[in-house]
Amino acid sequence: MSQFRALSVLPGFNLALGFTLLYLSLIVLIPLSALFVKSATLGLGGFWHVVTGDRVLASLRVTFFTSFVAAVINAFFGLIVAWVLVRYTFPGKRIVDALVDLPFALPTAVAGITLATLYAPNGWLGQYFAAHDIKVAYTPLGIVVVLTFIGLPFVVRTVQPVLADVEAEVEEAAASLGAGRLDVFRRVIFPAIYPALLTGFALAFARAIGEYGSVIFIAGNMPYISEIAPLLIVAKLEQYDYAGATTIAVAMLLISFVLLLSINALQWWSSRRGNR
Amino acid sequence: MSQVSITRKISTHESTGVTLLLIGVALAYLLVFLGMPLIVVFTQALSKGWGLYWKALQEPDAWSAIKLTFLVAAIAVPANLVFGIAAAWAIAKFEFKGKSLLITLIDLPFAISPVVSGLVYVLLFGAQGWFGPWLQAHDIKLIFAVPGIVLATIFVTFPFIARELIPLMQAQGKEEEEAAVSLGASGWQTFWRVTLPNIKWGLLYGVILCNTRAMGEFGAVSVVSGHIRGMTNTMPLHVEILYNEYNFVAAFSVASLLALLALVTLVMKSLVEWQAKRSGEPLHHGA
Repeated sequence: MSQFRALSVLPGFNLALGFTLLYLSLIVLIPLSALFVKSATLGLGGFWHVVTGDRVLASLRVTFFTSFVAAVINAFFGLIVAWVLVRYTFPGKRIVDALVDLPFALPTAVAGITLATLYAPNGWLGQYFAAHDIKVAYTPLGIVVVLTFIGLPFVVRTVQPVLADVEAEVEEAAASLGAGRLDVFRRVIFPAIYPALLTGFALAFARAIGEYGSVIFIAGNMPYISEIAPLLIVAKLEQYDYAGATTIAVAMLLISFVLLLSINALQWWSSRRGNR
Repeated sequence: MSQVSITRKISTHESTGVTLLLIGVALAYLLVFLGMPLIVVFTQALSKGWGLYWKALQEPDAWSAIKLTFLVAAIAVPANLVFGIAAAWAIAKFEFKGKSLLITLIDLPFAISPVVSGLVYVLLFGAQGWFGPWLQAHDIKLIFAVPGIVLATIFVTFPFIARELIPLMQAQGKEEEEAAVSLGASGWQTFWRVTLPNIKWGLLYGVILCNTRAMGEFGAVSVVSGHIRGMTNTMPLHVEILYNEYNFVAAFSVASLLALLALVTLVMKSLVEWQAKRSGEPLHHGA
């Protein structure tokens, strides 16, 4: 025991850690292991057969593509929002700042029916798109809209504190050496906030991939076109195809895991390059 | 000298035009994606007047959905609160091997699709799951029943309080607790009188976030609920049923309650952030 943990005068270690591990195992680890055991029953061949099915592949493509586009939109506008909230003052700023967290607080089903109503062909915003023959609700474009809503706070909230920490002196030094405002942003500010921006992007992306509640109301859920992978999992479950549902779930987990790993690697690589 | 300060001022700020443009873009983006949806919820709910709005909320199925939502949160939040405190106590106040692995595992539910969170319990307790036959033989129903909804909710809200408390208690160190114990305080006394006052805002912050998610969860609960009206429908699930029946006024009426809950959450969150800042207790922001 003394090797496993350092000595301490405080009591309660065994009770606290014991309860933590028990609760973690019962709620998270054992149920999750059921997922992998179940998908293993199909064998590698069966797994591959399910994952490479046309409809499954199409749903994975829709899920990852729309999530990526939404995360890119959020990276761009989230940076502007974070910039405005950190650097400028304007009336109502505190309310706007608090409102940024709305997507964390608003239940996804509410977001789904609301955005579907807003972007339906006769909705407040949808009518303008409809006038130009663009359908938003019930198409992949609608999925991008809700996923943008769902992921909106991530980039703002990761970039905001880092941007606030960029020291004015460095900017002043660069400016006094003759750098223009755009140069200062590109050469001084952006490298400082770039890792946070990437983190925010990754968080928004990961969140969007798993999202279900808001998407199903606006997507139209057409197989091969606007059907997301989580919906296909539910559909398989409703047909009591547990193995099929599990396989899609494991495939989703694996792909997100690889994506997040590569984003981490990219971050590591860029920070090393920056320090050189 | 005055010329130098003028150039400096100009070169570290954007021109007024750029400033206004950026503020305009940011506000327009937030108005379209946050402001308008919020307005739509309430205008849709009240589109046929207050009378129909109240009637929709008084409907028995809506009532039972509201009650179930509160019941589920009333079980899930305290469960995760006890866990969060235990995990933070072990992780922040002691040194042991495998600590960073443990922290990673605690965050795991955030990385998993809500649908998959529900699916894992169906695999365990569903009719064709591992324990399904045993549960059926003993006439216990977990899936398509309230216990399954509670379990799935606990799963998706699992990290909220722990991930709030762990960095906070780590930053505070353990000197104060060690002093209390060496002066003869018992473990519980130390926790109640020394630790708890130091972490109260972070704790409240975590509870608020955990509760909001617990009441609003849709995907995970949807998979395990079975959608039995008046029995296993939480508010978000009831919104879905009403919406799919084209009963838009009723759907948005129930949704408006959830939107109100979200607004109350945002106000309370801001208040707690402000209080924590005043008392010098750093909050760990994040989702």
